[in-house]
Amino acid sequence: MLLINCPYCGEREQEEFTCGGEAHIERPKNPPDLSDDQWADYLFLRQNIKGLQYERWNHSFGCRQWFNVARNTATDEILAVYKIGEKPPQLESNEPLTPSGEPRIGSGNFSTSKE
Amino acid sequence: MRLQNNKNLNQTKKIGFTFDGKKYYGFEGDTLASALLSNGVHLFGRSFKYHRPRGIISAGCEEPNGIVQLEINEFTEPNRRATEVVLYEGLVAKSQNRWPNLNYDLGAINDLLSPFFPAGFYYKTFMWPPKFWKSYEYFIRRAAGLGHAPKKDDPHKYEHYHYHCDTLVIGGGVSGLYAAKIAAAKNLKVLLVEQEDQLGGAILSSNDHENKINANSQTEWKNTILDELNNLENVKIITSTTLFAYMHYNYLLAIQDLQPNKGNDKKNSIRQIVWKIRAKKVILATGSIERPLTFNNNDRPGIMLANSASKYLNGYGVNLGKKIVIFTNNDSAYQTAIDFHHQKIDITAVVDVRNNIEGDLPKIVKKLGIKIYSGSIISNTTGRRKIKTAHIKKINNNNVEVINCDLLCMSGGWSPTVHLFTQSRGKLKFRDEDSCFVPDQAYQKTISIGACNGTFDLKNILKETYTSVNDFLNEEDNILDGELYDAEKINIGKQENAWIVNKENISKSKMFVDFQNDVTAKDIKTALSEGFRSIEHVKRYTTNGMATDQGKTSNVNALGIISELTGQDISHLGTTTFRLPYTPVTFGAMAGRFVKEFFDVERKTPMHSWHVDNNALFEDVGQWKRSWYYPKNNESMDDAVNREVKATRDSLGILDASTLGKIDLKGRDVGEFLNRIYTNAWSKLAVGKCRYGIMLGDDGMVIDDGVTTRLGEHHYLMTTTTGNAASVMSKLEDWLQTEWPDLEVYLTSVTEQFGTISLNGPNSRKIVELLFPDQDFSSVSFPHMSFKNLEIDKVSCRVMRISFTGEICYEINIPASYALSLWNKCIQLGKDFNITPYGTEAMHVLRAEKGYIIVGQETDGSVTPVDLDMNWIVSKKKYDFIGKRALVRSDTVKEDRKQLVGILTVDPSIVLEEGSQLVEVETSLPMPMVGHITSSYYSPNLGRSIALALVKSGTKKKGVKLIVPTLNKSVEVEITNPVFIDPQNERLLA
Repeated sequence: MLLINCPYCGEREQEEFTCGGEAHIERPKNPPDLSDDQWADYLFLRQNIKGLQYERWNHSFGCRQWFNVARNTATDEILAVYKIGEKPPQLESNEPLTPSGEPRIGSGNFSTSKE
Repeated sequence: MRLQNNKNLNQTKKIGFTFDGKKYYGFEGDTLASALLSNGVHLFGRSFKYHRPRGIISAGCEEPNGIVQLEINEFTEPNRRATEVVLYEGLVAKSQNRWPNLNYDLGAINDLLSPFFPAGFYYKTFMWPPKFWKSYEYFIRRAAGLGHAPKKDDPHKYEHYHYHCDTLVIGGGVSGLYAAKIAAAKNLKVLLVEQEDQLGGAILSSNDHENKINANSQTEWKNTILDELNNLENVKIITSTTLFAYMHYNYLLAIQDLQPNKGNDKKNSIRQIVWKIRAKKVILATGSIERPLTFNNNDRPGIMLANSASKYLNGYGVNLGKKIVIFTNNDSAYQTAIDFHHQKIDITAVVDVRNNIEGDLPKIVKKLGIKIYSGSIISNTTGRRKIKTAHIKKINNNNVEVINCDLLCMSGGWSPTVHLFTQSRGKLKFRDEDSCFVPDQAYQKTISIGACNGTFDLKNILKETYTSVNDFLNEEDNILDGELYDAEKINIGKQENAWIVNKENISKSKMFVDFQNDVTAKDIKTALSEGFRSIEHVKRYTTNGMATDQGKTSNVNALGIISELTGQDISHLGTTTFRLPYTPVTFGAMAGRFVKEFFDVERKTPMHSWHVDNNALFEDVGQWKRSWYYPKNNESMDDAVNREVKATRDSLGILDASTLGKIDLKGRDVGEFLNRIYTNAWSKLAVGKCRYGIMLGDDGMVIDDGVTTRLGEHHYLMTTTTGNAASVMSKLEDWLQTEWPDLEVYLTSVTEQFGTISLNGPNSRKIVELLFPDQDFSSVSFPHMSFKNLEIDKVSCRVMRISFTGEICYEINIPASYALSLWNKCIQLGKDFNITPYGTEAMHVLRAEKGYIIVGQETDGSVTPVDLDMNWIVSKKKYDFIGKRALVRSDTVKEDRKQLVGILTVDPSIVLEEGSQLVEVETSLPMPMVGHITSSYYSPNLGRSIALALVKSGTKKKGVKLIVPTLNKSVEVEITNPVFIDPQNERLLA
């Protein structure tokens, strides 16, 4: 279970939070001018990154505030937590390296080696 | 008779217990296994597939054979490992998987038939014909039983604890105790968890003559450290607690067995506690597990892991046998020979697969005059219910020497307990010299020390613990805490792999690898010859390592066998995943207190007690208990609902509407906010007026509806459907916080702060006139869709004239604590008008008669307001609102979308099933469907059935006939307007 550092309350158990999916998807200001495809893009299409992903989280059983989390989805490592409206920090993460797309360490698909 | 110098027993306290109906005695400190062994019971159960007689092979949680059914009736628990059950007075245990009894088991015929039970036997044999599987399965499951589940509710209680600490030490052996001492000296908050009921780990199985720590015996050393730790406030030690899961961010789960059976009060005691631990740093000192050797008939009762034999000997004083043979491929088993010597029991022979035996321990054994067969193996054993002979032969020589024995101790080397380390996502490496997986790179803040790190000798364990624990726990300084301990250096000879003891015989022999699932080396060979290569596939095909012991003694042996048969390196094969839980966890522990009434929250309205007193039946709506209907004098449900519906239309009905979601909105920009989240226009709503709104998702689909009232200039009250209150509130907060932080709007849930009484029917006005005598309730001064803040007995209440029945209706919102008294007052005043309480069922009929929708019944997440024929509520003037853009997508503007219509059966007495499909013509299957029934009731006011439906292009098809195919007959229906009563709103606006 993740330990999430709510920017308003501090470190709390994951069970207090709800994940709201990919962050920084702004609702278009001019919906009538958009094509069906553009609207569908806003509504439905998400990157589903394996690796560093910026996500929205809500402290639903706490302060009820939304905020953003930068998380490596392959290792579940949380790299940054920041408030709504703030710019996403530039980060480097333990990106997937192996042929199957898993990071060498921390993915759960541990490999073995010879001493 | 017990041997003296045992460490764990209190021989002044005798304990009686029963096994398979027979009474035995043990002592305080015994496990069920040690007590039975000391009573000469070596036969514990029958094996899973072949029903072979089996005995104890280990002394810990790795035990594959010694599993019993513990206790009886509601207290019974299957698959308990006898090696872990601490003995208590009156314990009742039974052997499992035998019929009619343990000594004469009919299933043992499977053993004779075993050539016909190869790996994958069930897959191969019972697959055809597929539909017969169900009948096969019954008999297979019966034959391969693993105890039985209790049939009654578990009377025990289970608890969940949350615990935070700086340092969690897992394992209370030498390295664990030492690590706890060091961490405590650094003034950290320490939790030490030990799975056995006594601390000490390997100390418990060692003799106190050798292997001293700083010239003290290990037991003395342990007691000194424990004295220190017990006096520290920053150290907590819990025993009988197994750490079974290691998850993200050092979140770990442990289960503590409190063994309430020990006391008399079985029923109300807490039996197990799940500890949910969040630790800053974790020290793994989980030790290691000895591996069996794979030779023919290596599963007879009386064949045991060497170190476990030492534990029964040194720890419990169990006299295991008189003619003892040890079979090993490494030095550690020689310690067992020395242990027996100290107890003055002679070892008949040590059989060692190695030719070069050079370690210090074998030298001692040689000096003791014990015969050592070097470069030799045990090729077979005999003895049905207990081992009788061992067949010793030189490798590469076929001369067999048969010697009598009643105990065979085996050691195939050691596997560090790396389960938790890999659960924490650490990486393993394979060490060739003693063929074991050891921790490599850790991922979380964790270290492994001692045997679980592949450090097996005492001197190095002490040194490693001292340096690496200090290093791991120090943040900035380099202070070395805790004193440095030392032990004598012991040279250990090289171990030799012996994965399969005599490979030539593999196909003709019973060399068990997984004892609990009866998997033999031959099965693994079969799997390989049938093309399975990946260890994960071989595991699943043979079921090796898939029993309740999760392969603690068998996984590495299986890898070794595969490696030997295929010539592949073990490090290339990898391991199977070490999944949680480490040992089985009871359902009761997982559920904790969240059972029965605590399983989910029950929400009750302020008037709940009145409903109960008045014979209401209840319906669950979300977490709410809502009155469903109020049967009188043994009325049927239909009769009660018809009476309630009719009374409401004719005179006066009263509904408890407190469960509707209520959200209080305050702030400068509420009007603008409502404009954005509802489809219709809100800017011009005057203070004191109400408006109905439909809320969409940005995909254009209806998610909620309700009436919002403008209470003041910057103050509104929104109602939501009962089930959606929380999700609507969350969604609104989401929009406000993330998209429109510029809007000044404050949301507060006030659902539970108010009780809501809904008075419906032509006589409702008469009641409110009696309740509020000074007020003018005429439609001129208090018209439909308006609001007044009124006072009753100095209590302020909000009265809305809104309606969900199509009748004149007043909804009174009063602070919750006054709601019951006002309800009683209404009932009292309404007597002259036949006031009738009605429940949710009558509410549904009443609204359906009027064609009002229910979100979640007429809508299913794929319905737009246009589909509901509610174009009138969708603003054309607003530039944008949530869902607007999606309403002009190519799909949402299609003309043949399913649209809301009324449905009347041609035969008025037939009430259709909700969810029935509608077709134009009956054809052969599959029939093209054009719609489905969403609501269907008998309307007592119309004296016939009515229904609502979603039908393709329905709005244009009024008058068209359709067919509802049902099981027995086809029902002819006609599409109509969905408003069946008062389409002109004359009753509503009266």
